[in-house]
Amino acid sequence: MSILHTVNKSPFERNALESCLKFATDGSALLLFEDGVYAALKGTAVEPHVSDALGRLKVYVLGPDLQARGFSAERIIEGISVVDYAGFVDLAAENGKVQAWL
Amino acid sequence: MSEVVKKFMYLNRKAPYGTIYAWEALEVVLIGAAFDQDVSVMFLDDGVYQLTKGQDTKAIGMKNFSPTFRTLGDYEVKKIFVDRASLEARGLTQDDLVEIAWEDFETEEEIENIVEVIDSARVGELMNESDAIFSF
Amino acid sequence: MSDTIEVDGKQYGVDEEGYLANLNDWVPGIATVMAAQDNIELTDEHWDIINFLREYYEEYQIAPAVRVLTKAVGKKLGKDKGNSKYLYSLFPYGPAKQACRFAGLPKPTGCV
Repeated sequence: MSILHTVNKSPFERNALESCLKFATDGSALLLFEDGVYAALKGTAVEPHVSDALGRLKVYVLGPDLQARGFSAERIIEGISVVDYAGFVDLAAENGKVQAWL
Repeated sequence: MSEVVKKFMYLNRKAPYGTIYAWEALEVVLIGAAFDQDVSVMFLDDGVYQLTKGQDTKAIGMKNFSPTFRTLGDYEVKKIFVDRASLEARGLTQDDLVEIAWEDFETEEEIENIVEVIDSARVGELMNESDAIFSF
Repeated sequence: MSDTIEVDGKQYGVDEEGYLANLNDWVPGIATVMAAQDNIELTDEHWDIINFLREYYEEYQIAPAVRVLTKAVGKKLGKDKGNSKYLYSLFPYGPAKQACRFAGLPKPTGCV
């Protein structure tokens, strides 16, 4: 069964995203939320890693957390989908298992 | 009031909302402003995210304290610094940050924006010049 | 001290120091009742300050400390009103603390 990975920490402060990308297998889903949304932004030092992952993972970002931090959907890396809370629930339901990288 | 004016630096390295540090730091700065010291506020690493424009927290149900930074001028905090390298690593420029105005009530001297983006070497110098650094 | 205040037959929650629990509950009658409890009858001059505080909070999401209030009032309403003597004459328990309470705001940041 597929896994939904979630990352809620800033990629500049913790290695949660780095570890997640290392262990998530092809075809898994990754949802970035809370301070994890900073990894979805264009032009950052971690963008190359996230872009690489887009080739093999489905990547999502939680819209309300982006908005809270002052960023609109235009600022995110192409290929990442913005979801709302209902979308978060759907992802969890679709994937059956959730691995939270705290 | 003490007669010796000390240089206090408030050092902010955390993003807003994910943890309570950013809001607590801002409250401490505002409370500390009553003590008439020489205060500077430094934003580096993820702390630079505290100053992004257009924050809207309605959908996450948390207090949006971004507008409160604009009162720092009223609280006589005149020195706000942002580390350039931290901005660049995050794909940000000064245009992404709020502007904070300052006005001298007596002389009506005005500064439109006291937020200053500086090089890392200067950040280090300012730390050395401080009598005390409060880290958040 | 009770933890509610009655205004026009409705109960509103307040904290242990008498500040309104929920900012969005505020109606002008709350200020009138709180003032009466402090033996103050609100005049236009009081309302100027109360309304100013509510606008300040709306814009900056914070209740200003007394010296910031004094400065900001001076800027907005004129220097004759931007001094602590005038403000204390209106709000003897402290312009920031007492006026913020009447305005339904939290206790000002920086007040003890």
